[in-house]
This record gives sequence, C-alpha cells and structure tokens, in this order.
Amino acid sequence: MTGLVAIGSFAAGMLGALTGLGGGMIIVPMLTLVFGVDIRYAIGASLISVIATSSGAAAAYVREGYTNIRIGMFLEVATTFGALAGAYIAGLISTSAIAVIFSLVLAYSAFRSLRPREEHSTDGPPDKWATRLRMDGTYPTPEGMQSYTVHNVPTGFSLMFVAGILSGLLGIGSGAVKVLAMDQAMRLPFKVSTTTSNFMIGVTAAASAGIYLHRGYIDPVLAFPVMLGVLAGALTGARVLAGAKVPALRAVFTVVIVFLAIEMAYKGLRGGI
Amino acid sequence: MSDPLWRTGRWSDEHVELFVGNLLRWGVILAAAVTAIGGATFLFLHGAAIADYRVFHGQPDALTSVSEVARNAYTLRPEAIIQLGLLLLIATPIARVALSLLAFAKQHDRTYIVVTTIVLGLLLYSLIGVGV
Repeated sequence: MTGLVAIGSFAAGMLGALTGLGGGMIIVPMLTLVFGVDIRYAIGASLISVIATSSGAAAAYVREGYTNIRIGMFLEVATTFGALAGAYIAGLISTSAIAVIFSLVLAYSAFRSLRPREEHSTDGPPDKWATRLRMDGTYPTPEGMQSYTVHNVPTGFSLMFVAGILSGLLGIGSGAVKVLAMDQAMRLPFKVSTTTSNFMIGVTAAASAGIYLHRGYIDPVLAFPVMLGVLAGALTGARVLAGAKVPALRAVFTVVIVFLAIEMAYKGLRGGI
Repeated sequence: MSDPLWRTGRWSDEHVELFVGNLLRWGVILAAAVTAIGGATFLFLHGAAIADYRVFHGQPDALTSVSEVARNAYTLRPEAIIQLGLLLLIATPIARVALSLLAFAKQHDRTYIVVTTIVLGLLLYSLIGVGV
C-alpha cells in the first residue's frame, strides 16, 4: 500500500502544482475514497504534505522578490488563529460533517479554477491600514520594478481567517480563499498574491499540524509516502509547467474534482466516511 | 528607522528574503531526508506489512509530542525517525517566523515585532502547548 500511496501522492502533487489548486485538495479525497483511510489520518497526512510543498516553493519565490513578507506576516495572524480554531472544530464535529464541508470547498475551488483570474487595477489611494502597516511594495516585471498599493485590508484579513479555519479543519492550503482575499479584496498583482499566499500556507498548516500531532492524527507510516510523493510531484509539476497545456489539463482536472466532490458528499451524507 | 545603517546593512529586506529562502529550502531538504531514511528503514524491516487506516485509533503517546518524539528518535525505531522528520518539517515555517521576528527587531519595526510575536506564540502554543 505504501508504494501505491506514494505514486498517487506524486500524481496529486503534480496536478496540484500544474493547476494551482495545491496537492491537499486531491490527497484527502484520494486517501479516503480510493484507499479507505479514515479522514482524520488523511487530513493529518495532507497537512504535512501542504507544509512541504508550500515551504519548498516559497524558498524559490521569496528570493525572486515577488513575496511581500509584511503582508504575509500580518495576514498570518488571521490564518493561524483560524487554523487553531479549525483544528479544534475538527475534534468536535463528526467525520461525516467534515467530509460534506470538504466536498463543498472542493466544488467551490473547481468552480474558481475554471474562471480566469482578472488582473485588478492596483491604482487609487491605498487603505489607511495598508499605509499604517507599510504594506505597499514593489515587484519585478520585465519593465523594471513596479510599485503597487494595497486595498481593503480588513476584508482581506477576515477572509484570511476563514481560509485558516478551512485549512485547519480540512488539512488543505485553502489557496482558493486566499486568492479571493488577495486578488479580489486587496487587489494585489497576481505574482504578489500567488507567491505571498503560498508563503503563508506553510505557517497556517504548521499551526494546526501541532494540534493534529498531539491528537494522534499524524501517522508516520501513512504520512511519509504522502509527504515525499507530493513534494516530488510538486517539484516535477513546477518544472514541466512551462511546456504543459494548462487550459486543457485544467478542464480535465476540474471534471475529476467535481466527481470527487460529489462522491465525498454522497459518502459523507450516507455516513460512509 | 531613520538610521541608514539598517537600510544598507545586513538586515535590509532583500537580505531577509535571502535568509528566509535559504532557511525554508534547507529545512525542507533536511526534513525530507530524515523522513526518507526513516521510511526506507521501515519498509526494509516491515516490507509490505499492510496497516489498517480504516479504523481510527490515534497514535501511541510516544509519537504525539515533541519531547517524546525526540527521545524516541534515539532508539532508532523507524516510526520515530519518520516522526522526527515530520517534526522538523513542522518546525521549518516556525523557524522562518522566528527569523522574521529577529529581522524586524533588528529593523526596530515595532508594529511587526508585535505582529510576528503573536504568530510565533500561536505556533508554539500549538506545537508544544497544553495537551489538546
């Protein structure tokens, strides 16, 4: 079983990187639906893999100068509080309820990934919080350093709290909600929001991973093939990203995600998870 | 903040980004290496022993706290080595936050010292804090 889990995790990590959805969205359904793993073990293993891929990718992005460490640090207050709350909630509600919530988030993420992201105007007066917290920054473009201003900080902060709860409850990176907060609300440039969101995912996942570890949800023998598989898959995915037919792949992947969402909701409601 | 030394010195934002990047990279590499060694040892000793994850039964105490994992890693039990690797992985973003705190302290950036301390406190509470 370890070999099959490793291969499946490799595929999940690669798909997660290619589509930008992250490996966690696929790992939990794969482990529960295909391998029949208890969802608590699946979430524990997924959290671990999320930390690995986020930190690995962030190492590269940070050095390229896209990541805004101040924005990331400030919003991490919201995501870590949320992650702790999510991890507590996970211990209170039934595994069936977790499965149903997971399927809803899965469906929402598939829906978001199909819609093209719009680059919002970053002009206009910045939010007073953004100024006070010195969030405005610059990022490298082919035409040189481009400056940007940050908007709607309170809205972004609130959405990040929700992203943290989902991360702690479901063992995922909550990329879709983070992008909602940073693209739509705070109107950050793509490169900045993508890399800063990724930068935050590791800290958010680490906040709930501690609690999962104490609860015994992290099984070493299950987690090691998942972690190493997803990490290798994500690194491979990032490498082949340039040459891949991303739109076609994304459409196929979305169908798979919707199918997984229906399956998880069905099993959750029937009490099969 | 007005002291130009902090802008041109070792703790400029660009240097912090470089440190943070290196810390994350080596943290992940180290954690993955330890986990892989533990995993390979486990497979070597137990082969395709099929564990049952359908039924949730938690983990023995030896594998659920920082101090116990560290103590058991000395015994070289493969599960304990894997868990040590996973613990190093969880510690990597925490170390990153600690490094950020040091950087903001060097820059005398009070607001972000407070912000970073809150995040670091929450992370340490989760990892080491009271039994949940």
